[in-house]
Amino acid sequence: MKVLVAVKRVVDYNVKIRVKSDKSGVDLNNVKFSMNPFDEIAVEEAVRLKEQGQASEVVVVSLGSASCQETLRTALAMGADRAILVQSDAELQPLAVAKLLHAVAEREQPQLIILGKQAIDDDCNQTGQMLAQLGNWSQGTFASKLAFDGDSLQVTREVDGGLETVQLGLPAVVTSDLRLNEPRYASLPNIMKAKKKPLEVVEAHNLGVDIAPRLSTLKVEEPPVRQGGIKVGSVAELMAKLQNDAKVI
Amino acid sequence: MTILVIAEHDNKVLAPATLNTVAAAAKIGGDIHVLVAGQGAGAVAEAAAKIAGVSKVLNADNAAYAHQLPENVAPLVAELGKGYSHILAAATSNGKNILPRVAAALDVDQISEIISVESADTFKRPIYAGNAIATVQSNAAVKVITVRATGFDPVAAVGGSASVESVAAAHDAAISSFVGEELAKSDRPELTAAKIVVSGGRGMQNGDNFKHLYALADKLGAAVGASRAAVDAGFVPNDMQVGQTGKIVAPQLYIAVGISGAIQHLAGMKDSKVIVAINKDEEAPIFQVADYGLVADLFEAIPELEKLV
Repeated sequence: MKVLVAVKRVVDYNVKIRVKSDKSGVDLNNVKFSMNPFDEIAVEEAVRLKEQGQASEVVVVSLGSASCQETLRTALAMGADRAILVQSDAELQPLAVAKLLHAVAEREQPQLIILGKQAIDDDCNQTGQMLAQLGNWSQGTFASKLAFDGDSLQVTREVDGGLETVQLGLPAVVTSDLRLNEPRYASLPNIMKAKKKPLEVVEAHNLGVDIAPRLSTLKVEEPPVRQGGIKVGSVAELMAKLQNDAKVI
Repeated sequence: MTILVIAEHDNKVLAPATLNTVAAAAKIGGDIHVLVAGQGAGAVAEAAAKIAGVSKVLNADNAAYAHQLPENVAPLVAELGKGYSHILAAATSNGKNILPRVAAALDVDQISEIISVESADTFKRPIYAGNAIATVQSNAAVKVITVRATGFDPVAAVGGSASVESVAAAHDAAISSFVGEELAKSDRPELTAAKIVVSGGRGMQNGDNFKHLYALADKLGAAVGASRAAVDAGFVPNDMQVGQTGKIVAPQLYIAVGISGAIQHLAGMKDSKVIVAINKDEEAPIFQVADYGLVADLFEAIPELEKLV
């Protein structure tokens, strides 16, 4: 079984982002980038499936500028077999990404596609679901556990009230939640080996997909700043403030 | 302009988040219809018909919709949705699961977790864990949107008198099935709707110590939340997690106990009206957003606070 994993290059989760003064977006110059944390979990799961003998090949794909190659090399160092970069310098919104991934999946014919449940930059939480719809595939979003059962897949999902388990026919699209696994660190020898693994570059416009954005971002602003509060000296003082000043108890 | 709101429910009870979603629809303006897709959810449809401002309820009753499987519900919503200007659902795990699929079926981009309506085609939504607010405009014929419940005050659950119509359309993709669920049971208020939330973090040290928070919460009539650290350490189940990847809450009072205040946690609670932080470490970032901070050992402060309530 072939597994396709989609990874995104995003601003590192520890970075305190700055909004540009002209409100056109977030300042991405001289900022540390890394693989989207949910996608690391997706790669880890695919590599574990290979180690368990469930998967025969793990292909990682990323979409965007040439700098995404770095993200793909990270995935190769974690244990993926080969990588595909769908190169485009245009702004790619989730629907465009889903269409490009669908085109790649048509070519690669994977039985399972794993994505992160959301990217920590746009916080959309859409791409996996859109991809599943485009391919008419089943979906297991917010997955915290995968179990194969013959020709089908059981996915335990994190839902609002607790956990839910669904059975999916293959091919299926799965999006990873934080609790699916603990991603490994790539060792230095594996990072060196990853440099020799195949990385194919495909131009997005050659995939014959309409990637024009449907949404335009008019402006990006700082959220309202909370007023700095006060420190109280005792529990009794805290209680008095909550009852008399804030009137919330 | 007619807006279709997807009801959030469990076949028995209409979830409160639906009322916030209808409030967002009312801000857009136009006729509001509510779709109840489920099995034997007649009581939900009746409740939806009473929501203030709703003019019609569509009741799609079919075994294929019983567990809100997106493979079956999304084609139904996409088919019905073609005649609407907007399709809205609450940004719950169901809404997030189904709506992007609907958007792809309609060949439009979806707008996630809006927190305000600027006009019929322009909306605000948080990005980068709530550290920036984007104003986005959609040129799509049908705008497919999930609504962050805490961004909109709920409309009245009663006062409306909409007609209920049955929808015959049955979509069963037969590529997925429901196996089972394990829902956390609690007598406390639902986390996302509670007026007061008491949350614990790594500082709680173990799951047993959460009993101190439960005792305080029960006296306050509060819900109990947690940071990712507390969930990952196995102190409490993950459906209690507040943050970028957990639940978004905006209660009247949020009490953060033993929580440092990482960006990802703040994303889920910084719109709370009053924030209280109780932490031993006076340098903890949580104090930068707290209205009232108490530097103290939580194991002394919490029982004392409980006695005073």
